[in-house]
Formats: sequence, C-alpha cells, structure tokens
Amino acid sequence: MKRKLPWILLTVFLGLMTVGLLLGEYRTVLEKAVTVCLDCIGIG
Amino acid sequence: MEVLNTPRRRRVWYQALSALAVNAWLPNWLTGKIYQGNIKGVCVPVLNCYSCPSALGACPIGAMQTFFGGLRFNLSVAEKKFGLYVVGLLGAAASVVGRMPCGWLCPFGLLQELLHKIPTPKIRLPRYFSAFRYLFLAVFVVALPLIVVDQFGYGQTWFCKWICPAGTLEAGIPLIALNAGLRPLVGFMYYWKVALLVLFLGWMIVSARPFCRAVCPLGAILGLFNKGSLFRMAVDDEKCTLCDACYRDCPVEIRIYESANSPDCVRCLKCLDSCRFGAISYAFLSKRETSASARPGRAAESPAADV
Repeated sequence: MKRKLPWILLTVFLGLMTVGLLLGEYRTVLEKAVTVCLDCIGIG
Repeated sequence: MEVLNTPRRRRVWYQALSALAVNAWLPNWLTGKIYQGNIKGVCVPVLNCYSCPSALGACPIGAMQTFFGGLRFNLSVAEKKFGLYVVGLLGAAASVVGRMPCGWLCPFGLLQELLHKIPTPKIRLPRYFSAFRYLFLAVFVVALPLIVVDQFGYGQTWFCKWICPAGTLEAGIPLIALNAGLRPLVGFMYYWKVALLVLFLGWMIVSARPFCRAVCPLGAILGLFNKGSLFRMAVDDEKCTLCDACYRDCPVEIRIYESANSPDCVRCLKCLDSCRFGAISYAFLSKRETSASARPGRAAESPAADV
C-alpha cells in the first residue's frame, strides 16, 4: 500500500486539477492574477 | 572533489534561476505595472506574489483564498468554484516531490537562506513553532475567507492582506515606489505590512527559515505529502552514528534520523553532504526508511536531542 500511495495521490490530484480546469477555474485565477491585488500590496 | 560537482552544491543557483524564471517579465520594473499575459493563470508551486511587477504566474495561496472567498451557499452548484485546479496542481506536484520546491525553487526561501548567512548570534526555533503554519493555513487561508464576508457578500484574502511579507516585498514596496497613481492609497494597512516585513526580515537573520517553518501555508500543504510522495528520503540505521552533523547543517533544523520524511523537511539534500558516513540517501519510492518510532530510544541517545 505504501508504494501505491504516491500513485493514488498523483492520480486523484491530477483528476481534481482536470475537473477544476473543465469548470473554468483557470480563467478565475487568470482574472485575479492580471489585476493588481490591493490586499497583497497593503492598500486593499 | 566529486561532491563539489553534485547538483546539491549548486542549489543556490537553482534557487536563483527559479526566482528569475517565475519573475522573468523584467521590463515591468521600469513601468510599475504587472504582467498580464495569458500564462498568468498558471499557479507556481512556490510563494511568489502575482502582483510582483515581473511575476509570470499566479500565487497558489492567493488563488486558493480567492476561490474560498467566493464560495457561498446561495450560489447554484454550477456557479460554485472550489479551487480544484489549484488544490489539484499543488497536490499533484507534492505527490511526486513533497516539499522539495521549498528547498530548491522558492524565491522567498532563497531570501531567508541568504539573510541567515549574515553573521549574528543565532536563535534556534522551538519545534512546536512548526505547528503554527497549519494554524495560518486553517485560519487565514481557509476559515476566514470562507466565513467573514464584506458588504458585497465576498470573503477577503486574509493571509495576503494581513500577513504575507512576500507580497509586501515583491509587490507592495515596488509598486508603490514605481506607480505614482497608487501612492495616495497608502494608509494603515500598508504601514502594518511594511512593519511586519521588517520584523520578518530581522527574524530571518537570526533564525533559520523562520517564515517557512512557522508561517508559510504553502509549506504546510506541501509538507503533508512528504511521507506519501514518490520521492523519499531514507536513513540507514546501521551507518547513522547520531553525530548530529546533519542537524547542525539543516536549514530547517531537523534531525532527519528521527523522521526521514518529516513534514518539516524542505528536501534541500544538504544533509547528504553533511553525513560523513553515507547514512542518508534518497530515491523514488525507496523501501528503506527510518523514524524515531521505528528505532525506539535512539533519538534519546543523541547528546543534543533536546536542544
């Protein structure tokens, strides 16, 4: 089981990432990232 | 001389190259604007503020808070976004190498290691400080963005807003300095974050990687995978003499012979060079591993076990 665990984790998280991409989450991150984050720079 | 040629000895160059790679849009340092290309939606597995003028990718911790801040019960299922892309990307990377990006790629980790080289009296952090980073993850990255909402019904990016010194250093100070349009907005929050940054920088000089060990929520996430990743560290019980040479050189002050795949280990592999007995090794999916529980009493034999 210990030797299989990393492969199981990798498969599950790659699956989650794929679902997130299919739900359009890349666009959400992109929209956040291309505007200046006022909270991050301390003026939000 | 063979050891000098190993990649481990050139780790600082890998760290510097990584810092440059994730911040490669250098012309923006002249204009005070941020990079806005289509690849900016790619989350990088290191703490690097996406409002840094030259940042090419997105900070996964900032992105996670954005998703959690937008999750509300009154949204329909189709409108809900759980941040699966970010969690999946981090989990997939950590399933392969665990916390290795902290040791080899993170620009903020590099900064801490360089500052710690300044010759001053040093202070070791108590072990329990490593628990605090899970607290920062649970409270500032997950709970507060989910629970506390503004007048528009959205949660805020609490970690970015109140804590993150990387954002202040890489984005706050440069953007305020370079962009005159932002300067009138400077107020209490800005001074709070600058003061916190100064405190962190001072702490980095006297303690080894204090932000990584006690605060960083990204390190907390990646570290959870150390015991279950493809890449594994191992200590040979027969060769290890408990001399603590590895502990003295470790940038996060752990005794690898107590737990070869501790969540605190940033997998910089410095201990491989420290060990004169060749007791420490790494492999993908190694069967050989050791821990204090596997060798009862051995940790207590160490003369510096309680330091």
